Amino acid sequence: MEIVLVSLLNGLVYGMLLFMLASGLTLIFSMMGVLNFAHASIYMIGAYLAFTISQFAGFFPALIIAPILCGLLGAGIEIWGLRRAHVNGHIAELLFTFGLVFIIGRSVQMVWGMLPMAYRVPQLLDFPLFTFYGAHFPAYRGFMLLVSAGMLAATWVLLKKTRVGMIIQASLSHPQMASALGHNVPMVFTLVFAGGCALAGLAGVIGGNYQTTEPGMADAMGPIVFVVVVFGGLGSLMGCFIASILMGMIQTFAVVINASLLDVVKPLGITLTGDNLFTEFMTVPVARIGALLPFVLMILILLFRPRGLMGTRDT
Amino acid sequence: MTDTALSLCNVSKAFGQMQIIRGVNLDVKKGERHAIIGPNGAGKTTLFNLISGRFRLSSGEILLNGARVDHLPPHKINRMGLSRSFQITSIFHRLSVFENLRCALLWSKGYRYSFWTPLWRQRALNERTDAILEELNLASRRDTLAGLLSYADQRALEIGMTIAGGASVILLDEPTAGMSNTETDNAVELIRRVSKGKTLVMVEHDMKVVFDLADVITVLVYGQVIASGPPQAVRANPAVQEAYLGALAA
Amino acid sequence: MLIVAIAMPWAFYNYHTGRQSGFVVSMLSQMGMMTILALSYNMLLGQAGLFSLCHATFFGIGGYATIHFLTLAGDGSLPLPLELFPLLAGLSGLGLAIVFGYMATKQRATAFAMITLGIGELMTTAALMFHHFFGGEGGVNSNRMIGHSLFGFKYGASIQVYYLIVAWTVISALAMLYLTRTPLGRMANASRDNFERVQFVGYDPRMVRFLQFMLSGFFAGIGGGLYAITYEIVTFDALAAPLSANALLMAYIGGTSAFGGPILGAVLITLLQSGVSLMSNSWLVYVGALFISMVIFAPNGIMGLIAAHDPIVRGGQFGRLLVPYAKVLLPGLIMVLGFIGLVELASFLTIGAAQGKTLVLFGTRIDDHAPLPWLSAGLCLVGGGLWFGSEARSFRRVWQGLMGELQPKRSLA
Repeated sequence: MEIVLVSLLNGLVYGMLLFMLASGLTLIFSMMGVLNFAHASIYMIGAYLAFTISQFAGFFPALIIAPILCGLLGAGIEIWGLRRAHVNGHIAELLFTFGLVFIIGRSVQMVWGMLPMAYRVPQLLDFPLFTFYGAHFPAYRGFMLLVSAGMLAATWVLLKKTRVGMIIQASLSHPQMASALGHNVPMVFTLVFAGGCALAGLAGVIGGNYQTTEPGMADAMGPIVFVVVVFGGLGSLMGCFIASILMGMIQTFAVVINASLLDVVKPLGITLTGDNLFTEFMTVPVARIGALLPFVLMILILLFRPRGLMGTRDT
Repeated sequence: MTDTALSLCNVSKAFGQMQIIRGVNLDVKKGERHAIIGPNGAGKTTLFNLISGRFRLSSGEILLNGARVDHLPPHKINRMGLSRSFQITSIFHRLSVFENLRCALLWSKGYRYSFWTPLWRQRALNERTDAILEELNLASRRDTLAGLLSYADQRALEIGMTIAGGASVILLDEPTAGMSNTETDNAVELIRRVSKGKTLVMVEHDMKVVFDLADVITVLVYGQVIASGPPQAVRANPAVQEAYLGALAA
Repeated sequence: MLIVAIAMPWAFYNYHTGRQSGFVVSMLSQMGMMTILALSYNMLLGQAGLFSLCHATFFGIGGYATIHFLTLAGDGSLPLPLELFPLLAGLSGLGLAIVFGYMATKQRATAFAMITLGIGELMTTAALMFHHFFGGEGGVNSNRMIGHSLFGFKYGASIQVYYLIVAWTVISALAMLYLTRTPLGRMANASRDNFERVQFVGYDPRMVRFLQFMLSGFFAGIGGGLYAITYEIVTFDALAAPLSANALLMAYIGGTSAFGGPILGAVLITLLQSGVSLMSNSWLVYVGALFISMVIFAPNGIMGLIAAHDPIVRGGQFGRLLVPYAKVLLPGLIMVLGFIGLVELASFLTIGAAQGKTLVLFGTRIDDHAPLPWLSAGLCLVGGGLWFGSEARSFRRVWQGLMGELQPKRSLA
């Protein structure tokens, strides 16, 4: 029982972190039709920047400054790079963001080195919020939930209650129409891209000390975030939210389940002998396949329901 | 077999709440030249899309040479003898003109998905392609990339690709859109030549073209047929005159 | 080209050891395998308009399967000459491509890319998970000297393996070239240009792409088989994302529109990888920067750039480009040097320091903590960049002028 509760909470925290990353990506993807492969790289930059800034000014200024810097970086990428690539076609845009992954990845290594950074949870938040069943639930995780929930709320308000938000929403599901109505779509594009990157940066700030801040973080988070975006569907932040929490839960729970396919069929009296591929396949515990599950899910949903859970447009 | 090439029975199409086509009944006889006209937004292109399988019907039936085709995918309908051109030129822009036409011929000549047949050695195929090029007056542009052709030439190529496969029912969606007078006359000549012996259904806005070519005219307004018959009858029809004022008087 | 490939190792004959330079043979072998990988990738990207992110999966499966087949041959249960093993590898690649291709080609464009991304990640994770077939992190290994050969070779020496690679690379390349001139090949091109039109000439575009995907997997598998034979060990790197990215890089930089583009790209990238990575830690940054510049300025790759000169060369006007090229070259060089300088300085500051290395230029140690090297590199980059920009603009004017002059001549022809 305690495992379930602990996993539930941890899954929630991880899911919210995923959501922060995925929401920015969904916005960019839904609106501009470009899958920003470098999104997780921006996340990484956010973490590293936060680390550096917090060395000089402390954690809380970093919380504000790092996302802004990431947003500016995003704007720069969009104006000088993405827009030009757009002229050459859809695939060119994809390739461009793909190339960015390499450059950003290596640059981070060059500037900060290849070892993990000692980006620690700030003293202020480093205490157990509550304990239950003998396990601590760190206050920092509560803080993470707070920030991500706050961000969700702020985004929701921005999109539903402001004029800019309305334009963005319209562009999310009907980009050509929004443009035809005379809105400065290129500038909205830059804004959305920069905003998405700022969100990724924010995720990096609070995620960087939850996970380790090291050069491989982009490669670790990247694919899962794509899965979430695809799963949740285009044009729907709510779908993205549900998908994030779902993936977070699946990954967290999978790790603690030690059953395997064999355990499922054991009651039927089936035993397996021999050391071959089939046996291996049946005896692999779910805990080890945990990493595989999101991809299997993504493939399945792309096959049977390409719109994702709640998408309003086809991919 | 019937002598009706194409038959639409109570065809309707709605996109969400919007009813675009409302209970259209249409019969096109074999060898007929049938024009569909109507104001913008009447649903003419949607009708074409329904016939050619690009969209699914909301209700009703479509029969091609007596066989039902309304739930088939476009390529299957095409193989059954119906071919169409598009309002917005739809060709293979990175292939040469010759290659474009040859691709349009492949299936009807039985080549299927072969990855072992060397195309350059297929004499009959290549000669037929060149013959069609001659008919289209595009022989001089044989090796030009299709995307680099002039607009009128691209439209001619489009028509060529539509008829190359030997389809018995041809749908042309605004074939002369955007053309000058001379270009239009050439196009009409071309259409007349290539549609000999075949059933032709076309959507057109240019009334001169319509009255030049068509044996039967159907008028579509707000997704409904308000008149259908020989040109003179349609011209004299008061309902048509009311809906389409001025255009027919020309 | 074939003659060059055969003769190359002899050009680097090392008289000391009486053998060809091991480094060169190894690099050339790599080039052969990568050529097959890049060409098979371009069957998807350049010819069918399919952006796949899991291509290395088929290369890798070919490799893994071959290792297992070699082991079987080694203990006598598979009496097949070594020369035919790449064919087995190809069939393995084909088999997997049928399964994955069926799933992936159900969708188009971005959804297709995402499915392939998922497949790639799936396979990499599976390779680490299922020890029996994939051997986990250590991979699987075998021995290629199985004693069966069509021509009586032992394949102990790497030069013999190299000629096997050359043979298979040529066969594969010719086969792929032949494929482009068949109905399937042409319809694949057509489906790249206009998906809908394909339906209206009677073809099912999904089927066309599925078949193309299958064949592309077949050839990639052959490459993997050669890899297994050469290195006698296959790990999950052979099907992981970096290798897929490599395939993309090679095909794109060489040029996706011309058949020979991926070959050029494979040769170039392998050269850079072997050569530059010896000299610098940061070769990934350079490749990434090159890639991005090409995406923006030269989307048809190097072959595309060369092909763009075609009308000018035919019109005999190439001479008029010589001076503008020279004027662009010098600032371009300065700008690139500045960029390299900054990258190297930064790299040595952090990574190099950790490895205990220092930057040595022309025999003098450069202190990367001093401001001077940074300033000079930065100046080169910025100054060179600005100068390059203005020269590039005047180059473009000359170019457009030439093209404009030649245009009327072309349509009269």
